[in-house]
Amino acid sequence: MNEKHPMDYLLREDRIPHIWCPGCGIGSSVSCFIMALEESGLDLNKVVVVSGIGCTGRVAGYVKLDSFHTTHGRAIPFATGLALANPELKVVVYSGDGDLIAIGGNHFIHAARRNINMTVICVNNFNYAMTGGQAGPTTPLYAKASTTPYGCFEQPFNLVHLAAASGAVYVARWTALHLRRLTKSMVEAFQKKGFSFIEVISPCPTAYARRNRLGDGLAQMKFYHDNSIIRHGADPKEADIGFQTKIVVGKFIDVERPDYYTFLNEGLAKVMGGRK
Amino acid sequence: MNKDREILTGEHFMNGNFACAEGAIAAGCRFFAGYPITPSSEIAEHISVRFPEIGGLFVQMEDELASMCAILGASWGGLKSMTVTSGPGFSLMQENIGLGAMTETPCVVVNIQRGGPSTGLPTLVGQQDMMQARWGSHGDYEIIALCPSSPQELFDFTVKAFNLSEMYRVPVLVMGDEVVGHMSERVVIPPKEEIELLPRRKYAGPKEKYLPFKPDKDLVPRMVTAGEGYHIHITGLTHDEKGYPVLDAETQNKLVSRLVNKIRKNADKIIEIEEKNTEDAEVIVVSYGISARTSLRAIELAEEEGIKVGMLRLITVWPFPEKRIHQLASKVVGFVVPEINCGQIVYEVERCVRGKTKVTLVPHAGGHIHDPKDIFQAIRSILK
Repeated sequence: MNEKHPMDYLLREDRIPHIWCPGCGIGSSVSCFIMALEESGLDLNKVVVVSGIGCTGRVAGYVKLDSFHTTHGRAIPFATGLALANPELKVVVYSGDGDLIAIGGNHFIHAARRNINMTVICVNNFNYAMTGGQAGPTTPLYAKASTTPYGCFEQPFNLVHLAAASGAVYVARWTALHLRRLTKSMVEAFQKKGFSFIEVISPCPTAYARRNRLGDGLAQMKFYHDNSIIRHGADPKEADIGFQTKIVVGKFIDVERPDYYTFLNEGLAKVMGGRK
Repeated sequence: MNKDREILTGEHFMNGNFACAEGAIAAGCRFFAGYPITPSSEIAEHISVRFPEIGGLFVQMEDELASMCAILGASWGGLKSMTVTSGPGFSLMQENIGLGAMTETPCVVVNIQRGGPSTGLPTLVGQQDMMQARWGSHGDYEIIALCPSSPQELFDFTVKAFNLSEMYRVPVLVMGDEVVGHMSERVVIPPKEEIELLPRRKYAGPKEKYLPFKPDKDLVPRMVTAGEGYHIHITGLTHDEKGYPVLDAETQNKLVSRLVNKIRKNADKIIEIEEKNTEDAEVIVVSYGISARTSLRAIELAEEEGIKVGMLRLITVWPFPEKRIHQLASKVVGFVVPEINCGQIVYEVERCVRGKTKVTLVPHAGGHIHDPKDIFQAIRSILK
């Protein structure tokens, strides 16, 4: 029992066990994150994780890195301050769909538009799980949630389309069971300069699956995995997610565009000889 | 960095908002995040011109929520940071002023007050956010707020605000108002060596022993910056000295009591007031910001009638100088409190007076400064 898990050195062991339910996909996404950090060879003293509020918001508390657990929806603007104050930092925002896209939606599109140098990992479990399974901006049409007891009659956001349209330079989507591919995407995202975005489709057996009779975590994870279609370079516009429909996954966008900090400094250098 | 452009030492004819921006620069602020709002926008505009000259980073955010968060992030990234707003923007900032108080993040928030509620009077003066400054974010915390009465003080108090925020690790509010922000007066910017700056209270002990929220004797913990290899965890949840969330009554009591006490127990060191003729006064005017200057004319009118009037001007509004007001209460017939609101600081004065003497509010709903005659009448009436 004294044997150390190979990932322990990057986890705050004194905070384990974590709060995530059995069958939840957040934990496996964190495994991918840690493997990706290892693989990327980043200086771990310079990696900062910023989270908002919610189940995924707890990631910041478990990784042994400089980590900030902020207010609901505000991880991205907090991370913007960090990334601009010290451009040597690799800033990773790790949060959920409700946090990043509903209450934090405005910050999301503007950070992508500005192309702030950060990687945003959004675990999408289609609901507000921590508060008991309310509907959110990604809840599929007709899906049940604690606030849509008769089914959801709002069009959800297609996150990869939203990110791409807002100006992200890297956009990918995987499920929590695509461990190798998700890890690879994270490594790629870390290497990008600018706003990179990865959506991780995750089961939520406790709040979302139970209400929609989708079985346990494993069944849900298997369903997502079996129903995902890998289509690199697909048009993000065509990657909507419906209720228990096929899910288009893969790398949608990988382009170059100068990040905010670089673009600003180059611009100022041209017009006034640079920031003195 | 262009050293010649860093501190514009000398005499200037400058409006308050520009003076505030220059104060921030002189204090070493190098990160600004903000959102345009009248009547504070000139501060952001001036900083957007000045920062590139001196190596600072100006970013215009999508709203005031983001602005407040970004300055917290930048502070943890190692830069002195500031945001500036007014009325409705101040309301939006409250959420993350709370995060700043909880995570003990040094930063400065300037509010050039306008008339409210809601959109209210965007271009006209108010002093209606004084209680919001104290109680605006949810939960228990203490804050420091300063009240400038002139462009010179917008310079001086902005510098002071940065020092206090580093000293006590708390967001410090500069509660200006539209008139002080927009009036132009002589502003003297001292030479660099005469501007006292307090450094960040950084931790310097062995890395493995660092506890981010273990306080020094004055109840303020030592700080490190992201990227220095400490692998800190900072959360808005109730946390222990390690910074880890611990959600129970005991940890809550320990943490929140310290957050409150680090200001309360150091209040004597923090509080600054200006007194004039208070020792033998029959009546004392307690005021702040632009209203303190309007009061000077009222005091002249009263003195012409032979009334002995003292002046107690609040430089620090929060924490409130309760001891001094209580002390003076037994010596005077009454206090007169003019403010451009329907009564805010007057309740604080009443609380400190504890029934020992009379307290009269001279309210003004906003949009204009007081007519000094109204304050004069209040001084007269309190003696009847």
